[in-house]
Amino acid sequence: MKRRDFIQKTAASSALLGLTGVSLSSFSTVTTKKITILHTNDVHSHIDPFPVDHPRNPNMGGAARRAAIIENIRKEEKNVILLDAGDIFQGTPYFNYYGGELEFKLMSMMQYDVATMGNHDFDNGIDGFYAQLPHAKFDFVSANYDFKNTILNDIVKPYKIIIKDGIKIGIFGLGVELEGLVDKRLYKETVYNNPVEVAQDMSRILKENKKCDVVICLSHLGFKYKNEPDKPSDIVIAQKTKNIDLIIGGHTHTFLDKPVIEKNIEGKDVLINQVGCFGINLGRIDLYLSDDKVYQNTSRNIIV
Amino acid sequence: MVNLKKKILSFGFFVILLTLNLTISCKSKPYYQTIKIEGKKIAITNEKGENEAVSNYVKPYNEKINNDLNSVLAYCEVTQDKSNGKWQTNIGNLLAQVTFEMGNPIFNKRENKNIDVCLLNHGGIRAIIPKGNVTTRTAFEVMPFENSLIVVGLTGKEIKDLAEFVIKEKRPHPLYGITIFINKENNEIKKIAINNSPVVEDKIYYVATSDYLANGGDNMSFFKDSKIKYDLDYKLRNILIDYFKKVDTIPNIETERIIPE
Repeated sequence: MKRRDFIQKTAASSALLGLTGVSLSSFSTVTTKKITILHTNDVHSHIDPFPVDHPRNPNMGGAARRAAIIENIRKEEKNVILLDAGDIFQGTPYFNYYGGELEFKLMSMMQYDVATMGNHDFDNGIDGFYAQLPHAKFDFVSANYDFKNTILNDIVKPYKIIIKDGIKIGIFGLGVELEGLVDKRLYKETVYNNPVEVAQDMSRILKENKKCDVVICLSHLGFKYKNEPDKPSDIVIAQKTKNIDLIIGGHTHTFLDKPVIEKNIEGKDVLINQVGCFGINLGRIDLYLSDDKVYQNTSRNIIV
Repeated sequence: MVNLKKKILSFGFFVILLTLNLTISCKSKPYYQTIKIEGKKIAITNEKGENEAVSNYVKPYNEKINNDLNSVLAYCEVTQDKSNGKWQTNIGNLLAQVTFEMGNPIFNKRENKNIDVCLLNHGGIRAIIPKGNVTTRTAFEVMPFENSLIVVGLTGKEIKDLAEFVIKEKRPHPLYGITIFINKENNEIKKIAINNSPVVEDKIYYVATSDYLANGGDNMSFFKDSKIKYDLDYKLRNILIDYFKKVDTIPNIETERIIPE
């Protein structure tokens, strides 16, 4: 796996050059790899496409179409990671009738890797969520919800590390404050911790202790709160942390035409993306990584 | 063809490269730096077709739901619409009355008390009930949320807060069991009647509402602080579905609950 990509992406050009003159040691140390991150958020049980005569989203979305698009990308790219930023549940009768079973089963068929929990994922209670977990062949992460005194203890973990083509990718989850948004009877003893502090800790652990090459924050905090600029949001997380490369967001149903770049606490660029809601769009982020020493300490080239 | 050739070619290089890699790997552990990021939004359309495994999997679920949702439960003679009145609407009147009618027998049986008033929120009505056949789908469209019926005990004093809130908001929130008389010039409340009697300040009145509002949703703070709350474990949508099953024709209720005079 590692080999083929290495050759196709880098060796095809630079290795040929290397053989025709440039010193062998220099080309041998330089490897470029590509990781493709696909993501959805706030799908809200939208399994069928919108009707052709729908006033806002005619003939858009649909799980089977999403699956076809993902399948095509997987044929072209070796290193695909598929993420969901929460609110998988609630919005169509599929959820009312089957409690999220079909949503989880279809996401498993599409080979989702990791998801985080949105507020609506508590809509059938923490027990209702737990009951559907056998249908999910992917993991849930949430670092700021403390599930210690709930049925989800040790099931929903703070983060997950995925190794693709030798690249270590750390993904941690953040969830929105539940009080006032979700009935206490539904979230029970789930404790909400300050996402900013948790994000600072998580990014340090993943970057420094776990030596991740890429750190992704999978967030259901919301993109930005205009009237409450200090309320934890993806923008706030980006600004107040370091070592996060990418924030995949949800909750505010924000349709970003393209990812947004925000400066972190060290002045480095963080990419934030969110793709609206209801499975109308799929986000795609391609990361190119190199182990060439010349790139250390240089700012990255972000094309959005 | 081309692809295949490329792969074979590349494999040749791989052998050399791997050898080199092995010799240097012990020197320094590779550290990967993101050097370029590309991002884009892909619209989900039918351009790339459908994944058959997924569409086949969904099919039986879809058929079951559609059969169920499309079953005709009742008939509606006049379109029920939340945008057709200043102080009350026919759909608001219907929902409040139905919530009372279906909820009260349960409350009475469980607590040996009766519901006096019903207040729901205008914003919670999510669709019209068009003239014609009424189906289970209609109930899902009108009430997509999983809200359930809560009975909140309010003092006569708190009932006045409730009335003031409704008048101040100037929204036709669904009401039943209460009549608010206001000055038509300045909207000042003149009189509040429950069960045709004036409201008594220290008496407890039982108000049916949704759990969302009972917890202070939509700024209905008068509900939030009450210590008297009964959860009837009955979803508002199921109330509507059960009512549709019970009746043949949906009534068009034009009773005035807020009376300017």
